[in-house]
Amino acid sequence: MTAPVTPDPLTPVLTRRWQSPRSWAIETYEQLEGYQALRHALTTHPDRIIQLVKDSGLRGRGGAGFPTGMKWGFIPQGATGPGAKPKYLVINADEGEPGTCKDIPTMMADPHSLVEGCIITSFAIRANFCAIYVRGEALHCIRRMRKAVEEAYAKGYLGKDILGSGFDLDIVVHAGAGAYICGEETALLDSLEGRRGQPRLKPPFPATSGLYASPTVVNNVETIASVPAIVMGGSAWFRAMGSEKSPGPKIYSISGHVEKPGQYEAPLGITLRQLLELAGGMKDGVPLKFWTPGGSSTPLFTAEHLDVPLDFEGAAAAGSMLGTTAVQIFNETVSVPWAVMKWTEFYKHESCGKCTPCREGTYWLVQILERMVAGEGTEADVETMLDICDNILGRSFCALGDGATSPITSAIKYFRQEFLDLIAAQPAVQRPEQLAELTGATA
Amino acid sequence: MSDEIFDEVTRQRTKEIISRYPQSRSALLPLLHLVQSVEGHVSQDGIRYCAEALELSTAEVSAVATFYTMYKRRPCGEHLVSVCTNTLCAVLGGDDIYARLKEKLGVGHEETAGEPGSPGSITLEHAECLAACDLGPVLQVNYEYYDNQTVESAEQLVEALQRGEKPAPTRGAPLTDFKTVELELSGIFPDLERSVEGPSTAVETMRGAQLASERGWLAPAMPDSPPAFPDLPEKS
Repeated sequence: MTAPVTPDPLTPVLTRRWQSPRSWAIETYEQLEGYQALRHALTTHPDRIIQLVKDSGLRGRGGAGFPTGMKWGFIPQGATGPGAKPKYLVINADEGEPGTCKDIPTMMADPHSLVEGCIITSFAIRANFCAIYVRGEALHCIRRMRKAVEEAYAKGYLGKDILGSGFDLDIVVHAGAGAYICGEETALLDSLEGRRGQPRLKPPFPATSGLYASPTVVNNVETIASVPAIVMGGSAWFRAMGSEKSPGPKIYSISGHVEKPGQYEAPLGITLRQLLELAGGMKDGVPLKFWTPGGSSTPLFTAEHLDVPLDFEGAAAAGSMLGTTAVQIFNETVSVPWAVMKWTEFYKHESCGKCTPCREGTYWLVQILERMVAGEGTEADVETMLDICDNILGRSFCALGDGATSPITSAIKYFRQEFLDLIAAQPAVQRPEQLAELTGATA
Repeated sequence: MSDEIFDEVTRQRTKEIISRYPQSRSALLPLLHLVQSVEGHVSQDGIRYCAEALELSTAEVSAVATFYTMYKRRPCGEHLVSVCTNTLCAVLGGDDIYARLKEKLGVGHEETAGEPGSPGSITLEHAECLAACDLGPVLQVNYEYYDNQTVESAEQLVEALQRGEKPAPTRGAPLTDFKTVELELSGIFPDLERSVEGPSTAVETMRGAQLASERGWLAPAMPDSPPAFPDLPEKS
């Protein structure tokens, strides 16, 4: 074993091929060790690949951070009973969480790392059909993925008897049609079955009752694109980056009021202070006001949180979540109630409507916030919003409703006075009149 | 009736799409993109066509078509212009861009300036996060990315589209039109060799990788050859 050494501030693994000319082409990928991990994987027993991924500590990169190897291990195997059903791998490439912009560049620049990861994963869980569900608006990714899949078929990495192993796999690249909710894994499965993308009640979980009610693994793009590197490097190599419980490298997407927004791949656990240094600091030196560690569904952080380690444990301990490491930076010129209103409008639009608390709650939250930002807030609004959030959180099938409450409750936690000042600066408005306006508007 | 609208080529493509999936209904989203590529929107005829192809009721297909924002229920312009107005893009200028384009085109959300389908006609919409936040404010024309926009650049872009020009996207394939990209979204790529090209990585995309190479930062070295897979734990 190598002695523990501190890794470099940036550790390009997933992004290491992005600068190569025509990085998306199979020739480039193969020159840069592409498909060697697949050759190695096909020589072993699938269970040992699952064990490797368990040992590596890889956790899902789509937001929830669930241990990937454990998820694969839940797939029933065997010639009889539930293990006898066909098994499926579904890639969640429906990137759309506000602030998140890592999977789209990955698929555009290095689609073969995802294809190779899909083949290894399918072999490990014994799936013969894999669907890559790409957000419809990400058209150029769809082209790149489709081309990569065609190239892989032509080289014998896909299809029947892959590289003489006896293993068969087909991959279909599937375009979504514009619905944020389809990034939720069970909504994605319903959508892939040709239905409205609405979440399912869990349990049963996809591992036993997923696509076509069969055992299914649903994983994020970045998760599966990490698999070939783990096969090539081993679990100890992977664990040389990040922390004990959050190992490996991660693409941090820095956006907003910084000098150099972009994609920065660093070991898990980097802090915002370090990221800001890499990204050239705050734009024009205007001070930081608030930020999201992992998309708008993760509770806001402020300048107090510059030194929070951005890994799964660190973000949670500080009262937020790592999410998708979509670091959106807002300087002190930005109104918190306004930003929260914009995000809430988003959740209201994207609520699928299945669960009443989320559907109705986001609707009323938008009404309150829009009225408040328009200068007609009342003193009761802050408490009313917290009450509505309390009635949404944990009361719907999926995490969209929970996510919708995050910006509001965290904003009120850190910026309550700003809400109160905004309300105080405006003339009070009578509730009955507002209600008359609202019912008039919807009639 | 739908026989006249959806020709033999479309019928062949329909079969090809359905054959890709273990169960035929999975082809519904692609088929809705396909009928949209023919008509420029999802019409009642399009819904009937999908229902017949998949042996579903028109109610089942309608329920799906109305759920997803990319299926347009009214005829669209030659181009679809989508402006991100989610929080981060809005802060950086997305709201101003959308307001200016609305004013300039004299239309609102999902409305079309010009005769739908005619050259230079434009359907405008505000979009939710387009997953290009490091490049905000962004907009898309027919789902090709135009990054780091300003009110002025967006205005010039729209003027060029109205004149019949096709300015190159920042990231994506050379610009075509709404119907052509809808065909690709259905999974049919008549010219993938060409459309797969085009720029895809912006300066921002590469910033981390670039900084790492300038400073000589690397991930820890991998072993010379892939290590053996771990043994399985003894089962009790």
